[in-house]
Amino acid sequence: MKYTESHEWIKLDGDVATVGISDYAAKALGDVVFVELPAVGDDVDAGGELAVVESVKAASEVYAPIAGEVTEINEALEGAPETVNAAPTGDGWFVKMTVTDKSALDALMDDAAYTEYCAGL
Amino acid sequence: MANDLKQTALHDLHVDLGAKMVPFAGYNMPVQYPMGVLKEHLHTRESAGLFDVGHMGQVFLTAEDGTFETAARALEALVPAAIADLEPGQQRYTQFTNDEGGILDDLMVSRINLPGHEHMLYLVVNAGCKDADYAHLNANLPDDITVSVKDDTLSLVALQGPKAVEIVASLNPAIADLVFMTHGEFELTLPDGTMYAHVSRSGYTGEDGVEISAPHADMKRLVGHLLTQDGVAPIGLGARDSLRLEAGLCLYGNDIDTTTSPIEAGLIWSVQKQRRSGEGYKGAERIANDLKTKTRRLVGIKPEGRAPARAHTDIQDMDGNTIGEVTSGGFGPSVGGPVAMGYVDVPHNKTGTTVQLIVRGKALPATVIKLPFVPHNYFRGE
Repeated sequence: MKYTESHEWIKLDGDVATVGISDYAAKALGDVVFVELPAVGDDVDAGGELAVVESVKAASEVYAPIAGEVTEINEALEGAPETVNAAPTGDGWFVKMTVTDKSALDALMDDAAYTEYCAGL
Repeated sequence: MANDLKQTALHDLHVDLGAKMVPFAGYNMPVQYPMGVLKEHLHTRESAGLFDVGHMGQVFLTAEDGTFETAARALEALVPAAIADLEPGQQRYTQFTNDEGGILDDLMVSRINLPGHEHMLYLVVNAGCKDADYAHLNANLPDDITVSVKDDTLSLVALQGPKAVEIVASLNPAIADLVFMTHGEFELTLPDGTMYAHVSRSGYTGEDGVEISAPHADMKRLVGHLLTQDGVAPIGLGARDSLRLEAGLCLYGNDIDTTTSPIEAGLIWSVQKQRRSGEGYKGAERIANDLKTKTRRLVGIKPEGRAPARAHTDIQDMDGNTIGEVTSGGFGPSVGGPVAMGYVDVPHNKTGTTVQLIVRGKALPATVIKLPFVPHNYFRGE
């Protein structure tokens, strides 16, 4: 699993990557009440807007860690957005997407680097 | 943390309780505790939520001639509410209006109910407006009215929810006899001794409950005790906002400001009949005029689906014409879905009208509803 500075995680499995928000982000947002996901087939740029997550208080944008095409969205979040708080790196995943350039993942933080990054915030 | 932020007397307690502190109206305030906004909100509706509102302004008005009449008539020149007919122990919600009938702030006005002090008016004003309010009072009240600001000595908390009064009445049973929008001075019996407090049966959540004013040191004792009581949890500003929105209560700066009149904001109930003639206070003509000529009204808006529509969301009719704007919007935990308030041009303000909200470029269907979203639970007597 790799992480971005804007607190998304990405996990590559073969040619498909799963993306969500980190435990740190889920805690910081508080109770998630709505997630707006992209459509299957949407092309996203690295750092481009991927989704919007709404807590009771505010809306926050979720960015694509890398470029690719959305192949699947987590439709369960529509009826149960609280899953993002309960299991941000598990059942609370946002999208699955193709990866245009796998080497782009090398620029992202690994577990240790991300833990250190969060500790410094 | 910005060191120019002010703190309430209960600041260290919030930190000890694990609150997330944020800047609000010049104060460092708890936005939520470890329980989280959603659970804090639901807890308040089911049990009793304790809010530190010590950032709000508390001020007394007294007339040099020692009469209530003189102080009340002076204040009536600045607000649309009737003040002179207040009985000791009665309170009213009103607004400071400007010359154009816009709203400078909204406030609670109480006539003190204590022998020898019944000539005094007690005002509670918003934190973000209080310095301007004090300047407004000093500039516009006659010289024979003394404006006495008590922010340096008095704290203010609210205990809200169906169990709130029972819990406070355990410190003095007479508190249970107060009805909504009345108040008094009470001796409270705490485990470590007694204290005096001003207790009013009012609040900002739509629930039954009280607001309590007392000197800082006594308030720390009281809050320390209340937090040990079954059913009491500390509640932050996040849930305070979602609770008041579900209750259809205006937030100054969002739903009302210097451009909105009390009539447009649906606050006609706070303008007593004898004050609708078009004279007698700043902006009275606008208030009388807005009663006759309807332009826009603040209404409740229920978005379909689950996506919240936040403040400044464009409201359109079904043909795509802009007819208003959301002024407060979010998720209502008790409603279990999105809730909003906003100004809508007449005649689209009619309950049941279908409108669309433009959220991130998409038109979401919504319906104009009659506020509040959650019924008020005020205690108006048996």
